[in-house]
Amino acid sequence: MAPTPPPVGSRPRLLDMTHVEKVFGGDVVALRDMNLAVNEGDFISLLGPSGCGKSTALRLISDLIHPTSGSIRWVGGQHGSDDLGVVFQEPTLMPWATVAQNVWLPFRLKGKTYASVKDEILEALKLVGLEKFQNAYPRELSGGMKMRVSIARAMVTKPRLILMDEPFAALDEITRFKLNNDLLELKAKIGCTVIFVTHSVFESVFLSDRIVVMAARPGRVIRELTVDAPYPRHEDFRTSAEYAAFCRETSDALHIAIGEAA
Amino acid sequence: MTIADPATNVPPIRDEEELARARTAHIHRVAKWTLPSLVMVLTILAWHLYVTIAEVPHYILPGPVLVAQKMVEDWALLWPAMIVTSRLTLLALAMAVVGGVALAVAFTQSKWAEMSFFPYAVILQVTPVIAVAPLLQVYVESAFVAALLCAWIVAFFPILSNTTIGLKSADHNLSDLFTIYGATRWQRLRYLAAPSALPFFLGGLKIAGGLALIGAVVAEFVIGRAGTGLGLASTLLEASYRFNFGRLYAALILISLMGVLIFAVMSLISHLSLRKWHESAIKRE
Ligand SMILES: Nc1ncnc2c1ncn2[C@@H]1O[C@H](COP(=O)(O)OP(=O)(O)O)[C@@H](O)[C@H]1O
Ligand SMILES: [Mg+2]
Repeated sequence: MAPTPPPVGSRPRLLDMTHVEKVFGGDVVALRDMNLAVNEGDFISLLGPSGCGKSTALRLISDLIHPTSGSIRWVGGQHGSDDLGVVFQEPTLMPWATVAQNVWLPFRLKGKTYASVKDEILEALKLVGLEKFQNAYPRELSGGMKMRVSIARAMVTKPRLILMDEPFAALDEITRFKLNNDLLELKAKIGCTVIFVTHSVFESVFLSDRIVVMAARPGRVIRELTVDAPYPRHEDFRTSAEYAAFCRETSDALHIAIGEAA
Repeated sequence: MTIADPATNVPPIRDEEELARARTAHIHRVAKWTLPSLVMVLTILAWHLYVTIAEVPHYILPGPVLVAQKMVEDWALLWPAMIVTSRLTLLALAMAVVGGVALAVAFTQSKWAEMSFFPYAVILQVTPVIAVAPLLQVYVESAFVAALLCAWIVAFFPILSNTTIGLKSADHNLSDLFTIYGATRWQRLRYLAAPSALPFFLGGLKIAGGLALIGAVVAEFVIGRAGTGLGLASTLLEASYRFNFGRLYAALILISLMGVLIFAVMSLISHLSLRKWHESAIKRE
């Protein structure tokens, strides 16, 4: 297991969002004046009601859309597409390809043959506990397993930053808890940075060391909280008084966010 | 082991249910073949009885015995005719696949190409081929090429329109993922659009197979044996001029059989290409 990351304040900067604004179709303000400093090793949750611009923020960071104004800057210059992994709310697997072929995709699009990256693919599948299913087709897997494949695909290139847009929202609670635990373990193993979108207070507190609370209409950041409980966090953290206190604090901030918007 | 007890008591009941279900499934499997066969036998029998009892003259409606006789007698003539019609049909279908797919790819790669040419593809489709065939004969020197064009026109549209929709039907998130990983146009087409389009294309192919045969028959009727040699449809037409209704029916049955065969082959191709992943090809328990 990698050493515990340095405390939030002293980590090197990875990415800066400054005064980012995104307006759709001239009048829908999806995001107003968002400032976010992402540090290497952060686990940041974007928490807020639907329509507050969480997905828009991720799409901006992944360069799928461009800010109307403001800037998003990777520290240390331009990033390559190897630096980014993405997980959507749906597993978004190619149904015609096997599990291993799906995980191969980021490499394949770089022109790498399967044989040359076979080890990386199998390692990623092992990390999510699916090495036995490498030749299965997505339809043969459960929802949770598909999501694991999706996560394996996102991290197979060992990206510096992984973006996750409500990845576990469609799963049942038991599966979600399990995947939350596994995600933290994975992150510790590969030592990447994660920006995680959710509308669950409990999920955000369990996973992250920084929570960005957002409000809708117009989408904006209301508050940023720090969850300074140490990693590794296990099942016992979920039942601790500390966890409950963080949840209460976050929940209050979220209610203010919703109240302000209403 | 009280917990295990109910388990040992329950299975017999479940077994009985299972057996009943298996029995029903078996009956269904058998009935799927026997029922249509029975209907065919009864129909042929009724046909035979009607022709014999009502003493229908053979130049109005030949009986099944006469048709079977003609089939054997004229086999030396019918078999080469069937080859001719098959060649025309399959060539037209192959051209429809190549042309339809190529045009669909062009349409999805360039909006301008789609805007400029799609209306003409529609016009080509909605104009009845039987009305176009005589014109083709006038303007196209080779009668064979005219016949081929005729069959191609009918067969190519379902391939074009299905493949075009299919190429555009790729999952949006997957498409975003390809963008994030910096996929080239070619990679996007090869690894995303093409596999997404496959089920649509195969649906189009099934329709196009039947239409190619219809196109070939129309071409043989209108353009005649000059271009294609003596095919099944021209044989049928000639037989009708000579009141040789036995041969006419024999040719008609062969054309139907060809249609069924084409459909079966297209269905098999579709099943084999999709069975591993597409919902349409997966058997559910
Ligand atoms: N492509 C788009 N065109 C127009 N409006 C959009 C588009 N994408 C998002 N929006 C709007 O921007 C706002 C924020 O959306 P989104 O980022 O998806 O919110 P969230 O992910 O937090 O639910 C919503 O009001 C949504 O309707
Ligand atoms: Mg969203």
